[in-house]
Parts: sequence; C-alpha cells; structure tokens
Amino acid sequence: MANMSKTKLPIPEQDPLVRNSNFDEVALGYTEEMAVEEAERCLNCKNKPCEAGCPVNVKIPEFITLIKENDFEGAYKKIKETNSLPAVCGRVCPQETQCEALCVRTKNGESVGIGRLERFAADWYMKNVDEKAEKPTPNGHKVAVIGSGPAGLTCAGDLVQLGYDVTIFEAFHKSGGVLVYGIPEFRLPKAIVQAEIDKLLELGVKLETNVLGGKVITVDELFEQGYEAIFLGTGAGLPMFMNIPGENYNGVYSANEFLTRINLMKAYRGDYDTPIGVFKNVAVVGGGNVAMDSARCAKRLGAENVYIVYRRSEVEMPARLEEVHHAKEEGIIFKILCNPVEILADDRGYVDGIRCIEMELGEPDDSGRRRPVPKEGSEFELEVDCVVMAIGTSPNPIMKDNTPGLEVNRRGCIVADESTGQTSLEGVYAGGDAVTGAATVILAMGAGKDAAKAMDEYIRSKK
Amino acid sequence: MYKITFKKRLNEQVVQMEILAPLVAKKAQPGQFIILRVNEEGERIPLTIAGYDREKGTVQVIFQIVGKTTLSLSQKEEGEFISDFAGPLGKPSEIEGVQKAIVVGGGLGTAIAYPYAKALHDNGAEVDMIAGFKTKDLVILEDEMKRACTRLHIMTDDGSYGGSGMVTVRLKELLEEDKEKNSYDLVVAIGPLIMMKFCALTTKEYGVKTVVSLNPIMIDGTGMCGGCRVTVGGETKFACVDGPEFDAHQVDFDEAIRRSAFYKEQETKAYEAHKCRLEEMR
Ligand SMILES: Cc1cc2nc3c(=O)[nH]c(=O)nc-3n(C[C@H](O)[C@H](O)[C@H](O)COP(=O)(O)OP(=O)(O)OC[C@H]3O[C@@H](n4cnc5c(N)ncnc54)[C@H](O)[C@@H]3O)c2cc1C
Ligand code: FES
Repeated sequence: MANMSKTKLPIPEQDPLVRNSNFDEVALGYTEEMAVEEAERCLNCKNKPCEAGCPVNVKIPEFITLIKENDFEGAYKKIKETNSLPAVCGRVCPQETQCEALCVRTKNGESVGIGRLERFAADWYMKNVDEKAEKPTPNGHKVAVIGSGPAGLTCAGDLVQLGYDVTIFEAFHKSGGVLVYGIPEFRLPKAIVQAEIDKLLELGVKLETNVLGGKVITVDELFEQGYEAIFLGTGAGLPMFMNIPGENYNGVYSANEFLTRINLMKAYRGDYDTPIGVFKNVAVVGGGNVAMDSARCAKRLGAENVYIVYRRSEVEMPARLEEVHHAKEEGIIFKILCNPVEILADDRGYVDGIRCIEMELGEPDDSGRRRPVPKEGSEFELEVDCVVMAIGTSPNPIMKDNTPGLEVNRRGCIVADESTGQTSLEGVYAGGDAVTGAATVILAMGAGKDAAKAMDEYIRSKK
Repeated sequence: MYKITFKKRLNEQVVQMEILAPLVAKKAQPGQFIILRVNEEGERIPLTIAGYDREKGTVQVIFQIVGKTTLSLSQKEEGEFISDFAGPLGKPSEIEGVQKAIVVGGGLGTAIAYPYAKALHDNGAEVDMIAGFKTKDLVILEDEMKRACTRLHIMTDDGSYGGSGMVTVRLKELLEEDKEKNSYDLVVAIGPLIMMKFCALTTKEYGVKTVVSLNPIMIDGTGMCGGCRVTVGGETKFACVDGPEFDAHQVDFDEAIRRSAFYKEQETKAYEAHKCRLEEMR
C-alpha cells in the first residue's frame, strides 16, 4: 500500500542559525528507513510523467521501486544508466521545475521527493560499495575535451567507456568547473565532485590542468597531434556588470570572483592564503542560484546583514526554490522589486553604500516575465561595505577568438546542433553553458552525453 | 607539478627563476604573463614572462619578495617543484614598426621592462632604456640590460649610482633633447603604478605614444572573475585579457592605485605571520 502522505518526508538539515556560520553541508540526507518511506509515496504510474521532465531521462519510477525493495545498489545503478553524476544532480538540479513538477502527486499535495531519493541512492552507494572501475578496452582513437565542468566530464566519461583515449584540458588548476569554483561546499561538498572525477581518472581519462584552450593549445594543434574529435565544454564564465557608477570601488565583486575566492581558493579556511575582505553589510544583486550562493557565503563569512537586491518579484526568481527557502531561514534579507542605480564609497574609494530604486511590474517582456519598471522618486540607500554582482555571465570569448571558423551567436554562445553538439567546424563539438549561456548542471550533462554519442559516430564513420 | 630548473638571487629582494613548462615556453611572447601557485594552499599570483627558451621548454620569471607567496616561492630551490604554472596569458606586446623607443623600468619593473627593450632592439629599433632604483645596492640585470638596448641610463633616487633622481627626470631630458626632431615613436613604462602615472604625465606633454603594463590583483587570468578590472579611456577593461598593456594616457591610475591596495592589510598580516613562523623554526 502506497504512503499517501500529502507532503514529502522532510530531509534532516543543520539548524539554520548554526549552519549560517559554517560551511558544512546544509541537508544531511535520508536514512535508509526514511528513503524507503518516501519511496512508498511513488505510485509507479504507467505513463511515467516525471521522466519526461528529466533532461537525461532517468528511469525514475524504476529506481524508486528498487529503493522500496531495499535494493539501494540496484537503484543507484538504474540512475547511473542515464545520469553520470547522480550525487551531484540529486543536490543541485531544479527538480521542482523538472521531474517533480510533473509528478502525479502534485495534483493533491507535494510531489515525491525524487531529488532527495536520487541523492540518497548515490550517497548510499558511495558509502557502501567500493567497486574498482574496470578499464574499457582501448579502441585506438584519441579525443580531446576542453573544459572540465559537468558537460566536459560527462562527455569524457561516455567516451572513455567506449574505449577512447580521452584527454581533458582545463584552464584552472582544478577540474570540475562551476561545481568546484561556483557552487559552495555547504550545498555540494567538493569531496563528492572529486570522487566523480577520480572515477574518470581511474577509467583512464587524462587530465591536463593549467591549459587554457585557444591560447595555450588551439583546436588545429589538437587535430595535428592526432586527436580525431574535440569537445568544447568551456562554460559561460564571463561575468557581467551593470555599468552603473561606482562599480570599480574597492569592495565590489563579481559573483564569480567572490565565489571563486571562497570555494576554489578556500578563503574561508585559515590554512589557505587567499584573502577576502571582512565585511559587515553585504548587498548581493540578482535572484538566481548564484545570488543565493553568494549571499549565503557572505553570511557564513560573518556579515551581519546580507541583502538580496532583485529587480523583479520573488515569483520570477530563477533560483531553486529550496535555495531561496534556505537563504531566508539563514537570515538573508530580501529586497525584492529593487534595482541598484549607484554604488557609493567613502573618500578612500571603499564601498559604503548602494543606492537603489523601487520597481513595479509592468507588461510581460520577451522572456514572458513581467518587465520591472522603476517607480519615480522611490530611491533609497542601503548601508553596505560590499556589493556582489550576480546578474549573469556569458561565454568567454577566448575560445572563439582563437578558433577561426567557429561560429558564435550574437550573445557569444557557440552555435551547435541541438541533438549532436556539432559546431560549424568538422570534428568539433560543443555543449553546456558555452552553447546555451548560463543554464543548469543537468542540461550541460545532457549536452555532453549527446555530443559523446555524435563524436563516436563521426569517428566511426570516418574509418 | 612544475620543476624549477634554475634559480639566482639578483639582489636581497629580487629572485630570478626558470621553470620547466614546455607548453608555456612554446607559445610565450614578450608582454605576456603566467599565473602560478607555489603549493596547494597557495594563492594564484600573476608574474610577467621575463624570458623563455622554446628548446629547453623553460620560462623565466623575476619576482620581488613582497608577500607570503613570493616569499615561499623564493625559498624553493633548483630541482624542487611548484604546483601550478599556467600561461601564456594576456596579449603580447605590439612592437612591429617601432623604430625608436624609450623603455622605462622602475625597481622590479626593470626585470619586466628589459625583455620588452630586448624585443624592440632585436626587432631593429633604437632603444634608450632608463632603469631606476632606490640605491646602488638594488641595481639588477645591468649587463643584460646593456645588451638589450642602444643606450642604458641608470638612475638612483639617492644618486649613489648612475644619474641622480627619479626615472622621470631622465625621461624628460631625453624627450626635451628630442623635441625638435620628435623621433621617438614609443615610450614603454613598467614599474610601480605611481611611477607609471608620472611617466604618462611626462610623455603626454610631448605627445609621444606611451604604453604601460599593469599588474592588478588577479585570480584566474582568463577573464572569468573581473577582479583585474581597470578603467581605460572611460571604459572598464579586464587587464588579464584586454591587457596587460594599455595606452598610458587613457589609464585611470588613481583608481588602479586604490584597487591594488585592497588586500594590502591582510597580505601584510599573512606575510608577517609567515616570517615569524619561519624565524621560530630556525
Ligand atoms: C554559483 C552557481 C550556482 C549554480 N547553481 C546551480 C544549481 O543549483 N543547479 C544547477 O543545475 N545549476 C546551477 N548552476 C549552473 C551550472 O553550474 C552550470 O550550468 C554548469 O556548471 C555548466 O556546465 P559546463 O560544463 O557547461 O560549464 P562549467 O561548469 O562552467 O565548466 C567549464 C569549465 O571549462 C573551463 N574552461 C573555460 N574556458 C576554457 C578554455 N579556454 N580552456 C580550458 N578550459 C576552459 C572552466 O575553467 C571550467 O572549469 C550554478 C552556477 C553557478 C555559477
Ligand atoms: S584575473 Fe580574473 S578576469 Fe582577469
């Protein structure tokens, strides 16, 4: 008999007022009993509406059924058939707009906690099973992957399984892309990402860090060196600023810089050398996951007041629901329908305030969301000593500038075929944020997967 | 891991090193820089490429011990390794077509200015190099510089060696002497921000094209953080990808000076703490 509870079984979490001063993971995960109990809420629908909402078509009711049967290893393997990073996706996917949005149980209550169950299965496997990966038989062909975010890692993982000799080139000293430099430890422990990367290396993937593709090594040079196909998974790492007065004062950061200092360079830990300012009042501009992560990091570094300044209303916020909820619990102050117009500073050029204007929602714009318009005469100032701009990123032009013939659109995104990732250059494929602009982990993985398949077909067709 | 193949102390404060990094050496050009990390807990710091040997696969850097990272780097010996060495980054210097130039280096900046002078000189240009130091004991690379230019003008603040006074004194003299002919087509100034600012002000009077190499706070060096932003001609630029060289007459030096001071306090603390620990260990 199914569990007919209208709500998801809550996932144990660190107390908000404790966790807002540490960097440990917020959600602690289900126990085996809890997982089975939540799994019982799944009705195992015949037509599986949830699966259609998953960009990589995880076999959702099937893995949940295995959890019900206490076959946790089986559940993990079922997810793994189509999703190469379950522990990551279970934590960071926007399930509420994907699989869970289509769950039949939402007609009368909350959806099944699909994300939580996915995470449970992955964590359970990592903790309880220590399987040595078996090296696939080499097929004698070399391929290169530029960028080691979720798109690149997935593509490399699928190709190595097919027997390819895969080399990943990464610009940073560490692989993982946004998973390591952007998303904070308290949401996605870095040990989990590292474990996934280690598995790839075990399978024989080679990793070359400190190599900036395009500049240090070009696409043509890679072909000359015998790589037969190349995947570009270089992400969307170029930070945008608002172009308002005062943005270059001391204490104004892009979210990328703020988060990189904290997450990749571990500025929050005493044993690392990275400096980060010590701030009392912080304003974070934006309403996405990046803004929530920045605000919650600022709080954890000891800021007393942390504001989210967002120009639309809360309904339009692109952040995952859970992150907004967590941020509020941790004491982040939401200034919605507000837009900064100027950043203020003292006579030494250090930020001491931000001037904002109130907004109201007008007619819908191209994105279908109602366009925010300023309310005349409603300007006000917030006293802050740090401002973090989390208003979006676009693809870095380095790859395009150094790859003649590589077509990009007017937003700087690489033009690639939707189902194969094929770019304007033969043998060159692309996917993830580099193609779509800033999007999600799961879409990047999906694109990496599709490209791996197309690259394999391309190389085999050449023979 | 990247091996240190050569190390030499140029003076009390300044160290020259060669690092084995064939991919970097293969592509390096004058004016570009690298980013390195000494160890896992270390910061990423940018250093200008002072030279390279494509055959040996080595890249030369010259640095001054100013903080914790440069101090720990200076304690590494030949044969030891550092964690990371990424590059070449930034745009190369534009030296084509230059016939007569003045290259100004101040303090450690001379180490960066000298390869610039050399590149111009090798390319057939007539080069006056002005190298400024606080005092005689701090003079570095004198022989190298002599070989890399047509005329070397050493200046010391206290007059203990070469000419007496700041580099701008000599710079003004050269430009004044040349006023009629107006034969210099480029001035390059590399050194402390304040020196570059005054060089820019000096050359502006004479209307000679002037280039400076900026070395702001950086993390990635690839354009992804924006920490290195500088205002040039009223527009925000990322020094790591749009530079590091910019038209000196367009740079907002006061803003650059302010931004570069941002982490000074914390860095000084880290440096002092590190020195104390080292002394305790002795
Ligand atoms: C703070 C933050 C929070 C987020 N939260 C979520 C979330 O909760 N859920 C979600 O689904 N998505 C989230 N996202 C979005 C998600 O992380 C991205 O959509 C995803 O990581 C894109 O993957 P990718 O592989 O395309 O690119 P990236 O992860 O950006 O990886 C690109 C990699 O390529 C490297 N690179 C770039 N250029 C070069 C070059 N020329 N040569 C070599 N290497 C290069 C980069 O250093 C990087 O490692 C978040 C993003 C941020 C910034
Ligand atoms: S150093 Fe990060 S953008 Fe220049």
